[in-house]
Amino acid sequence: MPHRDAAYNLARWILRGRAQAEDVTQEAFLRAYRSFGGFQSGNARAWLLQIVRNCCFTWLQQNHVAEEMTEFDELTMPAKTENPESLAMASCDRERLQRALEDLPAHFREILVLRELEGCSYKEIAAITTRPIGTVMSALARARQQLRFLLTEPVPRGAIRDL
Amino acid sequence: MTCELTQSRLHAYFDGEMDAIGAAEFEHHLEACPDCEMSLAAEEKLRSALSGAQLYERAPETLRKKLQISLPKAAVAPQVSRSRAESWRWLAIAATVVLATLLGWQYLQNLNRFSQQQAMAEVIVDAHLRSLQPGHLEDVISTDQHTVKPWFDGKIDFAPPVRDFANDGFPLMGGRLDVIDGRTAAALVYGRRKHIVNVFVAKTQPGDSLNGSGELQGYHWVAWQQNGFSFTAVSDAASADLEQLKQLFVAP
Repeated sequence: MPHRDAAYNLARWILRGRAQAEDVTQEAFLRAYRSFGGFQSGNARAWLLQIVRNCCFTWLQQNHVAEEMTEFDELTMPAKTENPESLAMASCDRERLQRALEDLPAHFREILVLRELEGCSYKEIAAITTRPIGTVMSALARARQQLRFLLTEPVPRGAIRDL
Repeated sequence: MTCELTQSRLHAYFDGEMDAIGAAEFEHHLEACPDCEMSLAAEEKLRSALSGAQLYERAPETLRKKLQISLPKAAVAPQVSRSRAESWRWLAIAATVVLATLLGWQYLQNLNRFSQQQAMAEVIVDAHLRSLQPGHLEDVISTDQHTVKPWFDGKIDFAPPVRDFANDGFPLMGGRLDVIDGRTAAALVYGRRKHIVNVFVAKTQPGDSLNGSGELQGYHWVAWQQNGFSFTAVSDAASADLEQLKQLFVAP
């Protein structure tokens, strides 16, 4: 099964849970298998990941809070500007990074995972998320800024999620 | 903190998504801008922290087994292999061919052209919106075509036709470099009463999909090809205004 890891990893971070990720990845593969005719030749990974992320957001909508569905444009920034202290990020371990990443809004988690963990190009991210490249660029900038902001907070906020 | 002008360019540079000209241009800017240099270092630190933390999680064995059971046998290979990926591709090609035959080539091509055109229009409108952010509109501010035109020298590998149409109601306000769909373009900025008009100019390439005119999210665009250049004018001004501007460009 090609791209199984990519599909699972994306679902795991969008959904913030391993059990949910397994279920949704399975559903996405079933859907992909059934709708193979819809696949135009080209990037199979992007095509599959698009189905995975759509399944994830449907799942969030059905099971979760409304704030998860906040669009890029409505997401508020923590601070208008960054100061030198916030640029000098504290050293962080895996647990801290995981928590910070999971504290980001879903659309920011998605775009960071695609770029930083999956190594997708802007063009691929645009195809997967069905957004213009310009939107991808500005959202990525904001996602990184917000992640850095969460990592510089002296006291980690947000409950540790039970995975 | 970061100078507003280069925020999105900084990330494009950081992600290696800039062409050589854009990258050289940005590196030149970096030498003079400690803010951007510091931001770039911060991005690098964030990236190395992310990759160092090994956040990537591979699919567990249980999922592999579930997939094996739930998907029809044909779709599941005992081992993940190249040949499987290959056969996905062949299946996809076969499916595409069947689909194409069913729908008829003509229809499919029209459809394709329409969606390409739609995607390109989104890219253009996006670039227009980006340019309207504070401090982002012009890199060279001048109403004089003899100042704007030489500014592009050495920054791009073509000489865009820069002309001032102030007498016809489209005063030249300046210009800047932009990246449209991965290609460097010259953006010429015109005023039209209270509206801003961006005219993107790039060398025409085979497959340039935008032609004619249209509207997206309340913005109008008019695209045409002329003397080996592809022009796209975009603005919230009336589409008749953009047509008029096109005629000014086309006229000798």
